[in-house]
Amino acid sequence: MSSRAKPLLDLDPATVRQARALARKAGRPVVKLAQSHTTVSVERATLRLAGLAGADHERVPWVNHLVDAVRAEVGLEHGVTTPVYDALRRGEAPDLLTLAQKAASGSVQFRLPEGREATRARSAARREVSRGIRTIDKQRTTRDRLVRRHGDPEQRPWIYLIVATGDIYEDIPQAQNAAREGADIIAVIRSTGQSLLDYVPEGATREGYAGTYATQENFRLMRAALDETSKELGRYIRLTNYASGLCMPEIATLAGLERLDMMLNDSMYGILFRDINPIRTFVDQRFSRQIHARAGIIINTGEDNYLTTADAVEAAHTVTVSQLLNEYFAKEAGLEDWQLGLGHAFEINPDLPDSFRMELAHALLARQLFPKAPLKWMPPTKHMTGDVFRGYLLDGFFNLVGAMTGQGILLVGMMTEAVVTPFLSDRDLALQNVRYVLNAAGGLTEDFHPPRDGFIQTRARQVLGEAVDLLDAIVHDSDTAGDPPLLAAIADGTFGLMKRPADRGKGLDGVVVRAEGYDNPATTMLEEGSDR
Amino acid sequence: MSASTQPEAHPNKQPDIIRPYGDTTGDGMVQVSFTLPVPHDKRAEGAALQLAAKMGLEPALLVHAKAMGPDFTFFVVYGSAKHLVDLRDVTVVEREFPLLTPTEVNKAIKTRLRRKLVVVGACIGTDAHTVGIDAILNIKGFAGEKGLEYYREVKVVNLGAQVLVPELVERARAEKADAVMVSQVVTQRDAHIHNTTTMSAAFREAYPAGQVPLLVVGGPRFEEGSAAKLGVDRIFGRGTTPGEVASYLVHALAPARGTTTTTTKEKA
Repeated sequence: MSSRAKPLLDLDPATVRQARALARKAGRPVVKLAQSHTTVSVERATLRLAGLAGADHERVPWVNHLVDAVRAEVGLEHGVTTPVYDALRRGEAPDLLTLAQKAASGSVQFRLPEGREATRARSAARREVSRGIRTIDKQRTTRDRLVRRHGDPEQRPWIYLIVATGDIYEDIPQAQNAAREGADIIAVIRSTGQSLLDYVPEGATREGYAGTYATQENFRLMRAALDETSKELGRYIRLTNYASGLCMPEIATLAGLERLDMMLNDSMYGILFRDINPIRTFVDQRFSRQIHARAGIIINTGEDNYLTTADAVEAAHTVTVSQLLNEYFAKEAGLEDWQLGLGHAFEINPDLPDSFRMELAHALLARQLFPKAPLKWMPPTKHMTGDVFRGYLLDGFFNLVGAMTGQGILLVGMMTEAVVTPFLSDRDLALQNVRYVLNAAGGLTEDFHPPRDGFIQTRARQVLGEAVDLLDAIVHDSDTAGDPPLLAAIADGTFGLMKRPADRGKGLDGVVVRAEGYDNPATTMLEEGSDR
Repeated sequence: MSASTQPEAHPNKQPDIIRPYGDTTGDGMVQVSFTLPVPHDKRAEGAALQLAAKMGLEPALLVHAKAMGPDFTFFVVYGSAKHLVDLRDVTVVEREFPLLTPTEVNKAIKTRLRRKLVVVGACIGTDAHTVGIDAILNIKGFAGEKGLEYYREVKVVNLGAQVLVPELVERARAEKADAVMVSQVVTQRDAHIHNTTTMSAAFREAYPAGQVPLLVVGGPRFEEGSAAKLGVDRIFGRGTTPGEVASYLVHALAPARGTTTTTTKEKA
C-alpha cells in the first residue's frame, strides 16, 4: 500500500502491459469455461445462501443430501434451486430443511418445471437466496463500522499470525493472546485433510490434524471472540481462513455469512498441489471469488507453494506468472485491488551468494507490479533446518525485506518451523523479532533506492522477462482435446513440474455442464450487484 | 572435575565418558529455555532455578526472565550439567549398505536386475506436504544430490499428496512396483504411525506373501529402529539424501551376488 512518487525499479511499462495482456489472454477462455459449468459445491453454496444448514446424525450436511437427491432425479444442468423451489411450491415439504430431510430418505419427487411454473419456482428461489446475499452485505457493513470504531493497525505491514490446535476452544484463547501480543490478523489453519473433503463439517469441532476444521460454527465462535478482543485492544483484529479445496464456494459463502475478513483463495493451488480437477477448481474459484468480492473479503493467494516445491531462484518467475493470473481471475470475479493479497515468499537458499539481494529484488518486483494490492509476504520454511538460532536470524532478514519493500501483510515466521508446532514462547519471540525490525528499519522505505541498472533492478527485470516468456508459452500451448491453452499448459507440467490433465483429478465427478436454461439466483445477483 | 570425565584417557584415544562442552573441557555447560505457567516475579525465578536443579544443572545461572502476558514467564538458563555421558552405552542404527554414486546405482540395477527398478511414491493420509517425497524423487533432489528421477535405471511414479492407501496399492500393482515410498512430514497425534501401519497392512493384504514390494517410509518423526513394528522395511529420517535411498534400494533389491538380503535388518 505504499504510494511512492517514483518507482524503485526501472521496469519497461510496455513489458508490464504485455505481461498483463498475456495473463488476460490465458485466463479468458478459462472464465468462459467457468461460465458454462456448475459444480456440486456451487449448488450447495447456493442452498446455504437460502438458509439451509445443519447435518444428519452421521454429520452429512443437508445441502449435500439435497443436491445429491436433485442430481439423481433431474440432474444439476439447470441448477439445483429451480427443482427445489418447484418441489416446495408443490407442497412436497413446508420448508427447505424438511425438504432436504425428506429428500435424504428418497421420499420427494423432483421435476424440472416448465413455463409459468418454472418462472414461479425461480422467483421463489431468488427471494430466498437473496436473504443470504443480504446477510453477507450486512456483515460487510458491520465490518466497516467496527473498523471505523476500533481502527486499523497503526503500522504496515499488518502482522499475520497462525493458530492451529485442532480444537476451536483452544484456538480461541491462543488467538486472543496472539492479538494482545501484537497480531493484527489471526489465521486458523485447517485440519490438513479438509481441502479434499467434498462436504463442509458441521458445528464446533475439537479434533483436527495439524489444524482446526473450517465450519460455520467455528467461524462464528472465533469471530465473536475476536470482536471482544478488538474492543479490548482498540484495534480491529481480522480473521482468516482457507477456502481452497473441493468446497471453495461453500466455505467462501460461510466466511461471508460469518464476517471473516480474509480468505486463502488461489486460482490454481488446488489443481497443482492437491490434484483437484482443473475445471472443478476454476468453476469453484470463480463463484467463491464473486462471494469474496461481495463480502469485502481480502483474498490471499498461494504463490509461496511454487517456491517450496521448486528452487526459489529458478522458479521466481512462476510466482510472477501466478500473481498475474490470480489478479486477472480476481478482477474478473469483481474483486478490487485492495482485496488482492497476492502472495510471495522468502525461500531462496540462504547459502547462495546475494540471496538477500535477490529476495529484495523479487519482493520489489511484486510491490511494483501490483502497487495497490496488499501483498502477502510469507516467511522461510524450506531452509529452516531445525537450527532454531539460525532460523531466528533468517526470520529477521525476512522481516527486513518486508519492512524495506512496503509489504501489506506479513506472515510471522517461527524459528521452530519444521520442528514442532510453535511454543507460546516461540510466538512471543517471533513477534519481538517483527516489532524490532519494523521499529528499527520500517523507515528504510524512504532511504532505500536501488541504483539504476544495479543488481536488484537487473534481477527484477530478468524475472519479469522470464514471466513474460512463460506466459507466452502458456497462451501458445495446446492439447489434442482442444482445451483452453492454460489447461493444456497445466496438463503438460508447465507449473511446478506437476502434470494435471483436465480430465483427471479429484472432484471431477462433481462438475456439470450447464444447460440452456441454467439458473442460479446467487450467481445472477452477484453479477448484477443486486440484493433482491 | 576433569578426572571423572576422562577416567582412562590415553594420549591417542578419545575418552569414553564425556560431558557437554561450553568453553572449557569438562565444564558441562548447557543452555536451556522454557516457559512456566506463572506470572513473572521473584517466585517464578526461584521456580525456574528449581527446575534447572532437578534437570541436573548445578550450578544454574538464570540469565533471562521475561513475562509473556499476565500468566506466563519465559526463562533462559545456563548451567553445568552434572550428568555424564558414556559413549560405550550409545547404540545407533548404522547404515547397513554402502553408499553408491548414481553411475554405480544404474550399473548395479542394469547388470543385476536387468530391467528398470520401479519406485512408486506418495504422501498418504491427510499429509499434504510433499517436500519430503519430492526431495527424494524429483529430479531437483536435495542437498545437492539429484532425485531418483535422475537415475536412468529407476522409473519413478510420484503420486503426490493426500493419496489414499487403496489408490497407492492399486498403482503399485499396476506399475509392478519394486519399492513403495511413503513420506509423512506434518503429523499430529501420531498420525504418521497410524498411516504407516494402515499402509503396510493394506499391502500385505493385497499381495501374496513374500511378494510385497519393498516398503520404505520417510519423515522427521519416525523413530529409528521402529521399522519392524510399523511393518515396513526401512525408515529414513531427517536429512536423508536421494543417494542414500538409491543405494539402499540397490542393496535391498539388486544385491551383489553372494550377499543375501533380509528385509528387516535393523538392530532393535
